[in-house]
Order: sequence, then C-alpha cells, then structure tokens
Amino acid sequence: MKLIVNGEPVQTDRVVLADLLEQLGYGNIVVATAVNGSFVPVPRRNETSLEEGDKVEILAPMQGG
Amino acid sequence: MDVYGTKLTSRLLLGTSQYPSPAILAEAVRAAGAEVVTVSLRRESGAGRAGQGFWSLIRSLDVKVLPNTAGCHTVKEAVATAQMAREVFGTSWVKLEVIGHHDTLQPDVFGLVEAARILSEDGFQVFPYTTDDLIVAEKLLEAGCQVLMPWGAPIGSGRGLNNLFALRSMRSHFPDIPLVVDAGIGLPSHAAQAMELGYDAILLNTAVAKAGEPARMAAAFRLAVEAGREAFLADPMEPRDMAAPSTPLLGTAFRN
Repeated sequence: MKLIVNGEPVQTDRVVLADLLEQLGYGNIVVATAVNGSFVPVPRRNETSLEEGDKVEILAPMQGG
Repeated sequence: MDVYGTKLTSRLLLGTSQYPSPAILAEAVRAAGAEVVTVSLRRESGAGRAGQGFWSLIRSLDVKVLPNTAGCHTVKEAVATAQMAREVFGTSWVKLEVIGHHDTLQPDVFGLVEAARILSEDGFQVFPYTTDDLIVAEKLLEAGCQVLMPWGAPIGSGRGLNNLFALRSMRSHFPDIPLVVDAGIGLPSHAAQAMELGYDAILLNTAVAKAGEPARMAAAFRLAVEAGREAFLADPMEPRDMAAPSTPLLGTAFRN
C-alpha cells in the first residue's frame, strides 16, 4: 500500500506503525511519531495499524528558536 | 527567577538555530551562561540522521531544553507537536507557538489560548509566545499559563522593542507573573531596555546566531541582561523635560 511519510509517498507492506519504523531504519533512534495529525506515543506504535493513504510523521530533535 | 517551580539563575534563554556550526552553537550557549535553550522537532531526513547528532550535542551542554512548536499554524498541529516533543525531550515544558501569518509570524492568539488550555489540562507547563495584548495575556493565565512571553518585534526582525508603552503596561498589569521578551531582539541594548522595564528574562536566537562572532555576541547579551536587571533593581530615576544641574550651585565662583 501507499503511505505518505514525512510528506513523501512510500510503498510498504507493513501494516503496523512499529514495523514501518523498523523498515525505514528508525528502529533504534530517537523520533516521535504521528499518524494523520495525531500523536502516537512509543507504547502504542505496536498496536497502531496503518491504512492506504495514511499520513505518517516521523520527527526528530532539531535546532529551534 | 522561578518558572513552574524551577529556579533559574540566568535570565537569558537562547535559541539553538542558524549557527554556523554545532561547535559555535556550543560556545555561544556557554558564553551566554544560558541555563535554558530552545529546541524543536522536524522531519528526520534520509540517511543523515542529523537530529540524533544535534540531540547528543544539546545533552552534552547540561542545560534545560524548552521545545517549541514553531511552524504550527493550527491548534491541532501545535498540540500534537507539543505531545511529540514531550516524549522525545522528556520535559513538560513547551514554548507554545501558534502562528497566524507566514510573513509576519504573528501569533494567532485565539488558537494560542485554545492550545494553551488543552496542553495545560494535559499536564504541560506552557510558555506561550504571544503579543503584548493584555486581554490575551489574561486569557492565557486563565488557561493555566504561569509565564508569558510577549514579542518585542516580529521573530527574526532584530528591531528591538516595538511598543514600549504596551510592554510597560504588561509589566504593571502582571507584577507577579514571570514575563519574558521573546522575539525581535537585535542588540544587547534592546535586551537591557526590556530588563530595565522589569522584564524577568529574554529569549533570543537570531541576534546571536547571525552575529559575525556568535559567542562574543552571546557574552555581550549576558552582560546586557545582567546590567538591565541590576538597573531595574536599583530603581532608575524619572526622566525630566528640563535640565537640572548635577553639580551644586552653592559656592559657584565668579558670582556676586
């Protein structure tokens, strides 16, 4: 299925958020996630299923003012 | 000063963006004597994983972090970003920005109050980036904020304190609330001026990051903030319209 990850189209067969993060190489790094604009905390990544067209945000610490 | 039960010795809060290099950022934070730095969350891009290196650097500086919601234009975006930041940075502090305009970066104060209420009820300690409007300030306090951060001038403009009258009014209306001038500071003299008005602290970024020598400018701001604070505590004289001799007239020579 096709997802939008950080604004870019991504083809994946993963249907759970935690698996998608693993596939994209975010398994062991500090990121925060949201699906369709709503925050998904770490403990809920395993139980958050993904559907065609879902918008996934993967955010990391960055400089800020 | 005391914010949300945390005692801060330094009254200069520093942003971490736009420095020429991570090393210069670290130097500037030290030179500023800052105990609090602002940070943000952004999309982690590709293989670079720049965010991880940045986060390691910040942790090595032994400072408190104040995550922002910069770039958020709706209540929903700001709330979700704050929740994500709380998880990543491990703090309930959030510098809440709900931006109304792309060009002026003026706060959307209606969205700001709503987001502040939602986040305060969710246990956040909200530092709202707001205007100098007194009614908005009251609503933010009602929503649960215990600190207010009015702008001096638009973000990144370096224009200093655009509306002295409004900032002075704000100080006198909220004598017991920590007030931080956030945004618009361009020079140490601007920071000193805000502190002389009785503001509790200054939050700035661009003025230091974009200086030719950021660490040197950070030190200049540290001195200005301290000077302004001392001047406020020393109870400045009232300005007058007419000259008044400072040297005694009594005993002046060559007079009858």
